[in-house]
Amino acid sequence: MSTINYSEKIPNNVNLGEDRTLQRALEGWQPNFINWWDDVGPEGSTNHDVYLRTAVSVDPQGWAQFGHVKMRDYRWGIFLNPGDANREIHFGDHKGEKVWQDVPGEHRANLRRIIVTQGDTEPASVEQQRHLGLTAPSMYDLRNLFQINVEEGRHLWAMVYLLQKHFGRDGREEADALLQRTSGDANNPRILGAFNEKTPDWLAFFMFTYFTDRDGKFQLAALAESAFDPLARTTKFMLTEEAHHMFVGESGVSRVLARTAQVMNELKTDDAQKIRAAGCIDLPTIQRYLNFHYSVTIDLFGADQSSNAAIFYSSGLKGRYEEGKRTDDHILKGQTYKVLEVKDGQLVEKDVPMLNALNEVLRDDFIKDSVAGVGRWNKVLEKAGIPTRLTVPHKAFNRQIGALAGIKMSPEGRVVNEVEWAAKKNEWLPSSEDFAFVASLMGRVVEPGKFAGWISPPVMGINRQPVDFEYVRFG
Amino acid sequence: MDMAVEAGVIKQHLIDPEICIRCNTCEATCPVNAITHDDNNYVVRADICNGCMACISPCPTGSIDNWRTMPLVRAYSIEEQLTWESLPAELSPEELEAAGVSADAGEEIAAAAAPVPAQAQTTAAEPVFNSAQYGATVPPWSAAHAYTNLFPPKTPTTATVVGNFNCTEAGFESETHHIVLDFGVVPFPVLEGQSIGIVPPGVDAIGKRHHARQYSVASPRNGERPGYNNVSLTVKRVTEDHQGDPVRGVCSNYVCDLKVGDTVQVVGPFGASFLMPNHPKSHIVMICTGTGSAPMRAMTEWRRRLRKSGKFEGGKLMLFFGARTQQELPYFGPLQSLPKDFIDINLAFSRTPGSPKRYVQDLMRERAADLAALLKDGASHFYVCGLKSMEEGVVLALRDVATEAGLDWDTVGAALKREGRLHLETY
Repeated sequence: MSTINYSEKIPNNVNLGEDRTLQRALEGWQPNFINWWDDVGPEGSTNHDVYLRTAVSVDPQGWAQFGHVKMRDYRWGIFLNPGDANREIHFGDHKGEKVWQDVPGEHRANLRRIIVTQGDTEPASVEQQRHLGLTAPSMYDLRNLFQINVEEGRHLWAMVYLLQKHFGRDGREEADALLQRTSGDANNPRILGAFNEKTPDWLAFFMFTYFTDRDGKFQLAALAESAFDPLARTTKFMLTEEAHHMFVGESGVSRVLARTAQVMNELKTDDAQKIRAAGCIDLPTIQRYLNFHYSVTIDLFGADQSSNAAIFYSSGLKGRYEEGKRTDDHILKGQTYKVLEVKDGQLVEKDVPMLNALNEVLRDDFIKDSVAGVGRWNKVLEKAGIPTRLTVPHKAFNRQIGALAGIKMSPEGRVVNEVEWAAKKNEWLPSSEDFAFVASLMGRVVEPGKFAGWISPPVMGINRQPVDFEYVRFG
Repeated sequence: MDMAVEAGVIKQHLIDPEICIRCNTCEATCPVNAITHDDNNYVVRADICNGCMACISPCPTGSIDNWRTMPLVRAYSIEEQLTWESLPAELSPEELEAAGVSADAGEEIAAAAAPVPAQAQTTAAEPVFNSAQYGATVPPWSAAHAYTNLFPPKTPTTATVVGNFNCTEAGFESETHHIVLDFGVVPFPVLEGQSIGIVPPGVDAIGKRHHARQYSVASPRNGERPGYNNVSLTVKRVTEDHQGDPVRGVCSNYVCDLKVGDTVQVVGPFGASFLMPNHPKSHIVMICTGTGSAPMRAMTEWRRRLRKSGKFEGGKLMLFFGARTQQELPYFGPLQSLPKDFIDINLAFSRTPGSPKRYVQDLMRERAADLAALLKDGASHFYVCGLKSMEEGVVLALRDVATEAGLDWDTVGAALKREGRLHLETY
């Protein structure tokens, strides 16, 4: 592995071929990465030729090259969006100053923490999804899973590059640790809670890619505003790939809904048991999965009041979503934001300093984006003439982080007592019986153009290929 | 392909709101900032989009690849698009006609479309024929690598006019100019089939800078004058609108009136798939109307130079070229002087007094035996450039030629697309 020609094997626009120090660091890390991929990457996929989209450069023609490749041979590139020599910090206390090309000493620890936290989520989701290939509902879906897996792998490379290039020995150690933690490991788990949850079935996978990868979009978008220019440029490029992950989730759930609606119309019933008996996932179960993934994901934004968030913003490390499009002063001192708390058994809003509430600001942006997509899911039901509508639960429902942690709430936002929670929990969140039922539908369908009975075919194929294209060639 | 805009018709780029997931990839990718969004939809600004296709392959959903032929005056505004829940249907030929489109774009547009309804009648029970689905999005395997977007609209480069002459017969209403632009020492590599954008000076009626108009390059890769850093364009002067009322095409008149020594702002190059094959056994079938001849001239001239140098074994060249009259056909004179054993030329004139109207697809059917042989040969490449309305007639003619020769069009058509051997550039 040490004789790799990095400029060819690892497409990059960071002059890797001429940076001896970085090359040596990557030469040490790369075999460990491949070992990690072989050990906990997609199970049983080593010999498949997968129709993957591979980035070979950051220009529009270069970053979406399609072809059949083995995942292990995927070109895990290191790409930064093109730089702008005149770019200025556009928020926080350093507003108007030139952006940083190197890590300022005073922000070193915070930046490292931000990058490590982001980096930790990338291999985690690969680990969470490693068994899903064995129960893919179609070859098309299998390919999409694998595409997500390799891109998460590349995003890990992107973060590891920043650590090794800009954080010296600390960075190398953190890069190694990213391959040592494992999702769900009792002794050495991944950093964030949602990334230690199981992704046991494809409905969970679609919900995860819809909600949790959307968290990724918002976190990356906030980092793409950073005053640390290499981080901003790296995350900007990652965002272009993250889009596919959200697409898999959004279209996946849409297709599940379309199939369920079709069967409901055929059988002329909305009885969940009859729908289940027909081999489809009933709408209440889909709603419970939604409630779970939504609530777990919004915890990822952190505590509703956070002095770290204020520090990250004021020091220019992490902006808001679409910071550049906002019309306020981009400093936010003396401004307030409404957060929720429980007072006398009731949810109330209170004003807190805006800077301390930036996690909540980002969470609210995410919620708006998520709700719009749930609206698009409902259009599928509407079109099929089904009156049921999916909804996102209240922001305070099933929260484990922040002021709302541990408070028992109904999905509508009513504070409930332990007794009611215990009685209704299985109406609101997926039960072990739900998981068992969904798992029972997960049989493997991988003949080109064929789909499992609980999901509709997609509207169109990938890269304008037909739906029955041979997306995966089994070795 | 600015003619399309100036003739009052555009191929409007739209995003399907039912499939789009609002991920922002297209907006982040678009090199000319033509894409914007609100909380509801992502939309494309018709007056900025130059059809460069940079957004197409990065889109994870495929929702971005939607196009509608629209009269310019009725182009969907962004405000309108932002409210959509689904894409509007394509305007019917009658609606287009009511908007003055077919009347205006000359006889060819109405007439080239004429065989289509006839075909539609005979195949009424079949699904609608979608000619665009056969167009390749990949270049031929032996094409040279194309550079694109070296000069995006925000940072155009400057070229100097070193030649400008009328390449149709003087005195006819359809005046088409051959313009040569020199880039001096600025790198501007182009291949046959690519296009460049010209930014007309000044501002439009609402005080906004004019957007660039795209024109296909008419010269081969080593320059209009071999060994010089120059390109040529074929530009038709637009002097009347679809109703025949006088109107001045913003960019075509500017370009046609340029004098030697003038400088122009240029963006591009654009296009990475409508490229010619380079391997010596490859055959090229070119089907065009009017200034759609520009890329065909470029490819023909490159083959002519290769042949002259003795470096080419000689795949076949076949040209189907339509115009209203011989006098309006660009490059008629030079075409006549090409050796018959070099290129097989078929000219269709739709308005020669005393002669029946003839369109390119009529000639293709007459030459069915030769086209069938080429369709059977995996080294054949087909290029169609000209008015949108000719596209369907031409592809249908190819389908019929294939079927009559005992070939399965679905197989042949799919292979042509997959292998980058059928390219449609219509507007």
